[in-house]
Amino acid sequence: MDKIYPSAQAALDGLIFNGARIMIGGFGFAGLPEDLIDALAKTNARQLTIIICDAGGNGAVLEKLFENRQVSKLITSYVGSDDMISARYLDGEFEVEFVPQGTLAEAIRCGGAGIPAFYTKTGVHTVVAAGKEHKLFAGIEYIMETAIRADIALIHAETADFEGNLTYKKTARNFNPIMATAATHTIVEVEKLVATGEIDPDNVHTPGIYVDRIIQSIIPKHIEHLKVRNV
Amino acid sequence: MAWTRDQLAARAAKELRDGFYVNLGIGIPTLVANHIPAGVNVTLQSENGMLGMGPYPYEDEIDPDLINAGKQTISELPHSSYFSSSDSFAMIRGGHINLSILGAMEVSQNGDLANWMVPGKMVKGMGGAMDLVAGVRRCVVVMDHCSKDGRSKLLKKCELPLTGVRVVDLIITDLGVFEVDKVGNSPLRLIELADGISVEEIAAKTQADFVVDLK
Repeated sequence: MDKIYPSAQAALDGLIFNGARIMIGGFGFAGLPEDLIDALAKTNARQLTIIICDAGGNGAVLEKLFENRQVSKLITSYVGSDDMISARYLDGEFEVEFVPQGTLAEAIRCGGAGIPAFYTKTGVHTVVAAGKEHKLFAGIEYIMETAIRADIALIHAETADFEGNLTYKKTARNFNPIMATAATHTIVEVEKLVATGEIDPDNVHTPGIYVDRIIQSIIPKHIEHLKVRNV
Repeated sequence: MAWTRDQLAARAAKELRDGFYVNLGIGIPTLVANHIPAGVNVTLQSENGMLGMGPYPYEDEIDPDLINAGKQTISELPHSSYFSSSDSFAMIRGGHINLSILGAMEVSQNGDLANWMVPGKMVKGMGGAMDLVAGVRRCVVVMDHCSKDGRSKLLKKCELPLTGVRVVDLIITDLGVFEVDKVGNSPLRLIELADGISVEEIAAKTQADFVVDLK
């Protein structure tokens, strides 16, 4: 089956629907699938639940989904770096479920690994623990967190081959490899598409079994806070 | 004189020990990296998936794919490694990180920490802070002693939504340094004063209970 699609729009075609749960990889602008988010903002899909580590960053392409009022729920650990998204949240335009970043990562990992729930110390005695099962192990209190899955995962990788084997670059890896495992359909934008066999099997970060559709990324990468050391 | 941001960071850097793996929060904690004492080798962890975080890059090293948890461009070192967010928080939650230095809005005298939201006014999100304070072996808070409107940030009990309960080991403010009894119910212990700051001034600006045990 051919996994290569001609455009971001084509790769989303037939998979996006009103009310869909969509995971989006990236941390800040690193590893953010900007081509796919941009294409999602051009669809008519509404009432979306967006699952993302941190929402936006001023000027981020993600803001388009909120400008278009396509999002009804955001599951995230952080909205603090985006003035527009946090202002709209405080105005009550959409619901936010705050999940501690490590719990979010583990819940998604579990979602892809067939593990329905896990116990963690994170968030015990905070609002995060409200309504959750509490349990003692060796005298220490933990809460039960449940796995997170989605209908679609949007992923940014550095390299893909035609099988969908992926590699990520530096800190652009972040949530991408775990989200790629935890959705019904995983769509990946890549910087370099190479012939199968060109990625050393020892260096594959995400095996192709997790990847359904691949496109060539064309939007240039962005930097949120440029810092430079003087010579 | 109260300590400046850099003096606060320098004081926090004295908590580093040779061989430590350390996670630094956003803001003043990030500055701690500029004050690592000579002869002390520490490896900085960035929760977005990197061990061995280097300083800001030279112009020709800038890479949008290489950022810290504050989304600033950084550089890599010969011993650096990269990993996913789930691996990163396994490292944190699993107790493999020696020390976390982070900012706070409020800290209680028994080590409760609030640093992620002000209901109805300001919502940032907890990011990785709840995981860090729950998982890292030692937790040091660096913050101004009082809020911008002059209220004590060291409290008997936190008023804002909590990040963690009984998680803070040491508080370094611009006025002094306090040890926290996060297991029992003892008051804070004031162990150091910033240059020129008196116990009386701290008493006037501190709502939490504390005893003086200057070292």
